[in-house]
Amino acid sequence: MDVSQYLSVFLDEAKEHLQSLNDNIMTLEQDPENEDCINEIFRSAHSMKGMAGTMGYTRMQNLTHDMEDVFSDVRGGKIKIKSADIDVLLQCLDAIQEYVDNITENQDEGTDEHQNIIKALADIRNGSGGDAGAPAAEAAPAADAASAADAPAAGADGTTDYRAIKLDPSVKSTLEEAVSQGKKIYGVTVHIQESCILKAARGFLVFKGLEEIGEIAVSDPSTQDIEDEKFEYSFSLVVITDESKEKVEEIVKSVSEVEGCECGEFDLNGAKSTEDKEETPAPAPAAEPAKAAPAPAPKASQAPAPAAAAGGAGGKKPVGKPVVNRTVRVDIEKLDVLMNLVSELIIAKNSLISAANTSGVSNSNVNEQIEYLESVTTNLHESVMKVRMVPIESVLQKFPRMIRDLNKTLGKKMELTMTGEETEMDRTVVDEIGDPLMHLIRNSADHGIESAEIRAQRGKPDVGQIFLHAFQDGNSVVIEVGDDGNGIDAEAVKNKAIEKGVVTPEQAALLTEKQCVELLFHPGFSTAKQVSEISGRGVGLDVVKSKVESLSGEVTVRTKLGEGSTWVIRLPLTLAIIQALMVIIGEEKYAIPLDSIQSIEDVTPSDLKLVENREVINLRGSVTPIIRLNEVLDTESTKSPDEDMVVVIARKGDQQVGLVIDELMGQQEIVIKPLGKYTAKCKFISGATILGDGEIALILDTNSII
Amino acid sequence: MNELRDSKESGELIQYIVIKIDDEQYGINIKFIDNIVRMQQITRVPKVDDYLKGVINIRGEIVPVMSVRMKMGLAEDEITGKSRIIILKTGEGDLVGIIVDQVNQVLTLDSNNIEKVRYDDKKSKSNASFVNGVGHYEGGLVSILDLDAVVAEKEVKEKGSSAG
Repeated sequence: MDVSQYLSVFLDEAKEHLQSLNDNIMTLEQDPENEDCINEIFRSAHSMKGMAGTMGYTRMQNLTHDMEDVFSDVRGGKIKIKSADIDVLLQCLDAIQEYVDNITENQDEGTDEHQNIIKALADIRNGSGGDAGAPAAEAAPAADAASAADAPAAGADGTTDYRAIKLDPSVKSTLEEAVSQGKKIYGVTVHIQESCILKAARGFLVFKGLEEIGEIAVSDPSTQDIEDEKFEYSFSLVVITDESKEKVEEIVKSVSEVEGCECGEFDLNGAKSTEDKEETPAPAPAAEPAKAAPAPAPKASQAPAPAAAAGGAGGKKPVGKPVVNRTVRVDIEKLDVLMNLVSELIIAKNSLISAANTSGVSNSNVNEQIEYLESVTTNLHESVMKVRMVPIESVLQKFPRMIRDLNKTLGKKMELTMTGEETEMDRTVVDEIGDPLMHLIRNSADHGIESAEIRAQRGKPDVGQIFLHAFQDGNSVVIEVGDDGNGIDAEAVKNKAIEKGVVTPEQAALLTEKQCVELLFHPGFSTAKQVSEISGRGVGLDVVKSKVESLSGEVTVRTKLGEGSTWVIRLPLTLAIIQALMVIIGEEKYAIPLDSIQSIEDVTPSDLKLVENREVINLRGSVTPIIRLNEVLDTESTKSPDEDMVVVIARKGDQQVGLVIDELMGQQEIVIKPLGKYTAKCKFISGATILGDGEIALILDTNSII
Repeated sequence: MNELRDSKESGELIQYIVIKIDDEQYGINIKFIDNIVRMQQITRVPKVDDYLKGVINIRGEIVPVMSVRMKMGLAEDEITGKSRIIILKTGEGDLVGIIVDQVNQVLTLDSNNIEKVRYDDKKSKSNASFVNGVGHYEGGLVSILDLDAVVAEKEVKEKGSSAG
């Protein structure tokens, strides 16, 4: 079967399952008894196994299979997850992740079989101790069946029992070998209804089904005898398999006219099972190793073994399937197309408005329709935006695990608290913001949180706190990442900057504490005294800054030495369509994003003061530098110097400046278009937009002007 | 059409748009041309190289426009009623507009009738670095524009200025 077309679905789902496994295992570490978690892990592992199998990724299938087995046992109450096991499970996830990564890259899962992990998983299961017998509930129907089938002897005294099977030395060694490979050995006693006519066929089907999942080591009576119908209404066998006991039972019971079965782990040492209920000493005929079933499967539709195997072990216990999500997976590119069309529609709407105004056709009816159109396009835009919005959660999910790992590698005690995971942002932004956030968290873990001794000296709790808060603030999303650690030592930063030649000592002397801290964002700056594994791999805060700025956002830092620091990332909700203030500078039209504007002021030239050769105004008590945009943009102002100036007060972090423009045009919803590679070099311009009349207005990037 | 088929043996037939810049005729392979538009208002972009005149709106897309004259080191464009902007498709699929003085005709040339300009020759002539061949046709000669050189950034500009 050609499965390549399902590859992307497979990868998507595999990633989701991996994430879910990761989350649940982390929860399990805190709360090892959490049944929901265990069930969820089991389901995810099971689904992944099925998916991997379907796609033909056998190594991945094997690994997930073993993981599923472990959780099958956990669910069955046979074993409990200990904290040491969590490490193994996480390793296992990493290995699966590796498979997925390999498949993503070259559609091949790679060759690493991760035998050590498989072994470790088997150890977890074997660590369960001797309480391997069948749970009482499971055994009860079998017992009933057995008593119902009180038919007398065939050969010996009739009712056989797997516990009574005698082992050949050769069979025993086979079994011992299987155990050492981490396989499991179950004894099964099958009871067939007395009304059954073709007992041999039923027996054969049981054999066939079990051989799908393992190897039948021995049976009582022998295979040959069973095929020749030389048995009464029950027979016993020993099967070597990787599957769970439930699976074995399920397969046996899926054969029709089987009244019941008893199944339990087979005790190799010949000791009788401890929770034996109705022990029937059955001097069974000498067992012989079963050979593979010779005949092809009869057409009997009751041979559902392959189907059962594919359908999965969960079949018998459909543990509250996750609520079916009424969602559709849509390729992000299709959404982009939709978004572009909406953008075009908004441009067309703007054109219509300006055409109506200029051609003089505007009467109340036209205006009414235009207003209606306007509200429809705005709603449409918002809806499409919402479709593109995804919770930031998908990015944050990996951080708890990361902190857990960092705890170990750094030898510090840290705890990550996150709030606002449900905050939604444009998909493109969410995809991009992961790395910067990861960097900031690593930064906090590595440089922020002090070592345990220093924390003790400072009287801080020994567990360092790292936090991440995300929330929506107007038209932007704010993500704060911080710690209660050391804070930033402005002096150390300054000295380091001088040492690195980022600033000269003379320049450094003039810097405020805040400016010193900002030096951290300078390319190639790393304050770690030693380059550690965690941060300082040549990727500095400057990368965080440039990444955030490429998303039209900004990053700032608040810090207090000895008490911790907080990095604040502010990002626009949407990238494609924004509200902007249209202004005229010289003869040209420009758009200034409304987000960055604080207020608009009329300033008389006499209010201008000169401070350090820069023009400033005193704006309600704060000294605000003035930038004449016509100078920045190399154009002639149309105003004479003694006229009042229109000043747009723009904000960047907690800085504010006044931008002098010539004329205000008004507020407008604009569609941001990229400038293309030749003209994108101008850093003051972040893009362009097409106005109602088809004219182009450039969008000012106030951040880089300030 | 018949003509096309008949002359197939002689070589590949390529159509060129013949344009005029300054006093010289240049041919542009038609397969690189997206569109030819009349002169329109060009929105200036501050702080970019001189030869980049700004951006225009082509079917809702922002397209940069450059002056070939200025790249070639000639006098600034004189915009007349005959001036046109030729929208070119670059290799990466971006659109770029170039301003030309005039669009004359469409010319079909046999590839055998195009003489490649060797690198050595390029150095000798001032604006030759933008030409990668010379086509012969009944009416005379036409230089084939090397579009990669025309739309390339910086690098070519330096070559152009050093040659001129």
